[in-house]
Amino acid sequence: MSESAAERLRIDAAKQLGAFEFACDLDLPLSGLTAIFGVSGAGKSTLINLVAGMHQPDRGRIAIGSTVFFDSSARVLLPVERRGLGYVFQDARLFPHLSVRGNLDYGRRRAGARSGGAPVAFDAVVDLLGLGALLERRPHTLSGGEKQRVAFGRALLAQPRLLLMDEPLASLDAARKAEILPYIERLRDEFAIPILYVSHSPDEVLRLATALVLVDAGRVVTAGPISDVLLDESARQFFSAAEPGALVFAVVASHDDRYQLSTLACDGFALRVPRVDLAPGTQVRLRIPAREVALALVRPGDVSITNRIEGSIESVGSRSAGHPAHALVTVRVSPSTVLVVTITRESVDRLGLVPGLRVWCLVKSVVLDASALVLARGRAARPVSQPLPANDARV
Amino acid sequence: MLTPVELDALRLSLQVAVVAVAASLPFAVAVAWLLARRDFAGKTLVDAIVHLPLVLPPVVIGFFLLILLGTKGPIGGWLYETFGLRLIFTRWGAAVAAAVMSFPLMVRSIRLALEAVDRGLEFAARTLGASRLDVFFSVTLPLMLPGVLTGSIVAFASSLGDFGATITFVGNVAGETQTLSLAIYSLAQTPDGEAAALRLVLISLVLALSALFVSEMLARRVRRMLGRA
Repeated sequence: MSESAAERLRIDAAKQLGAFEFACDLDLPLSGLTAIFGVSGAGKSTLINLVAGMHQPDRGRIAIGSTVFFDSSARVLLPVERRGLGYVFQDARLFPHLSVRGNLDYGRRRAGARSGGAPVAFDAVVDLLGLGALLERRPHTLSGGEKQRVAFGRALLAQPRLLLMDEPLASLDAARKAEILPYIERLRDEFAIPILYVSHSPDEVLRLATALVLVDAGRVVTAGPISDVLLDESARQFFSAAEPGALVFAVVASHDDRYQLSTLACDGFALRVPRVDLAPGTQVRLRIPAREVALALVRPGDVSITNRIEGSIESVGSRSAGHPAHALVTVRVSPSTVLVVTITRESVDRLGLVPGLRVWCLVKSVVLDASALVLARGRAARPVSQPLPANDARV
Repeated sequence: MLTPVELDALRLSLQVAVVAVAASLPFAVAVAWLLARRDFAGKTLVDAIVHLPLVLPPVVIGFFLLILLGTKGPIGGWLYETFGLRLIFTRWGAAVAAAVMSFPLMVRSIRLALEAVDRGLEFAARTLGASRLDVFFSVTLPLMLPGVLTGSIVAFASSLGDFGATITFVGNVAGETQTLSLAIYSLAQTPDGEAAALRLVLISLVLALSALFVSEMLARRVRRMLGRA
């Protein structure tokens, strides 16, 4: 089993589940975190369960590199337990009759014979996930977040070549989610295990994903590196339907000690944000929620808002979800970046906003706060081409 | 405290019940698994046959056993000729009768426990590299343990108490097939036997209560271990 970087996950499968029909033809990289995103019932879990072997496709072929999981024409069906996967479920599914240590050991013992490369070490996983104090506890004494951390560890110690995660945060409250997210980033970056991650939360996807598969009504709408997918007009509309916001890739440029601000260099503009503890040069991604952006027709002068970014309107539309008073405006501020803005329909008419019009996007610095917003350390999927600010963002 | 006759009956009853439960447990687990997890032609028939001892008069079951397992019967004859094993009028025959009578109770309890096992946990175990058989022994069986325990205790108690099937199949031979129930029956038929019968009734009562107590204690312990208390 060679673990070359060129290995890919190929999923070409069709499956009928009752009245629901699922079909896809995907060629995914075996690296980073690939998010499978869509609304409930779109077929996200079906896709991941075809890979896991919980569902058997009606026809098609599923393979990782040279290992064939399923091939209807060659009549191959690799049993679940020999696929070398780790699966983290929404409900942690810890074995109630075993201690945390017993759970962690379950896959590790059975992986002994199979693991090829450098095995994931028990101590390293326990350290990474902070499980040291929990080892002798029983699953029913753990909190939801702790259970999910144990589930990560258990899957990781099975020495998988691919980690599957089916909405691992969906049953946790906001505080627990915030607690778990950094662990997923560390799995992705420090253990470098490829992850397929099912989610219906744009926030999670924008923060974690390096690649994105959009699923709707049993079909794959589009797939690719996340920044490419987000540039695609139809995909972005689809993606932002849930909770609009723009994903901006940036590099930490400098820190201002006097005012405790940091400057982030984006593609063609810069953003000033409350100081973040990251070294200059660090690549970051941040999400600018549509409702935190205001629009002006002229370059604003005496206002408190720090970040003013010039661009041209691409589209003006109403949101399918959201208040009927809202309108969603997209503004292209640089070749690779589009901001989305939620304002009232009344403002749209009063300002006469139409596609092509030059406008200024106003973003308050304080809302671009490291904890409240997605400001994830991580490998930006797309290098920022113009690190120098070229507009009026500095005031 | 106990007379030699009483001790004999008690010892014999325990022996018969333990052998009956131990011998039928693996079959009960297998049948429960088939009924809970598999769909096959004739499943309803198997289900019905398993439950027959619950709905038929015990005497009828005893009579069936006599026909099938007697030294001239199709199975009993073969056993006798091949292994020299005679079931009729022996304690082993009594154990068989008790096992058959308590089998449906055991299967019911185990099947309920099996149906309550989260299939998601079994799938999780498979993704972690365990084969189906491995999953059964490392996840399914431990999780259905409370049901297996309850089923075994209920079967044990019912084995102690069987009368009709036992007396029809293996008779009422003192020291060989005369279990507590049969001894009580015999004493009750004897003039002035009532006091002795009452002593045996008390022994039965203590035995039954102890079984229930042990069952409840074990089940509670297992439930606590599984975090369901």
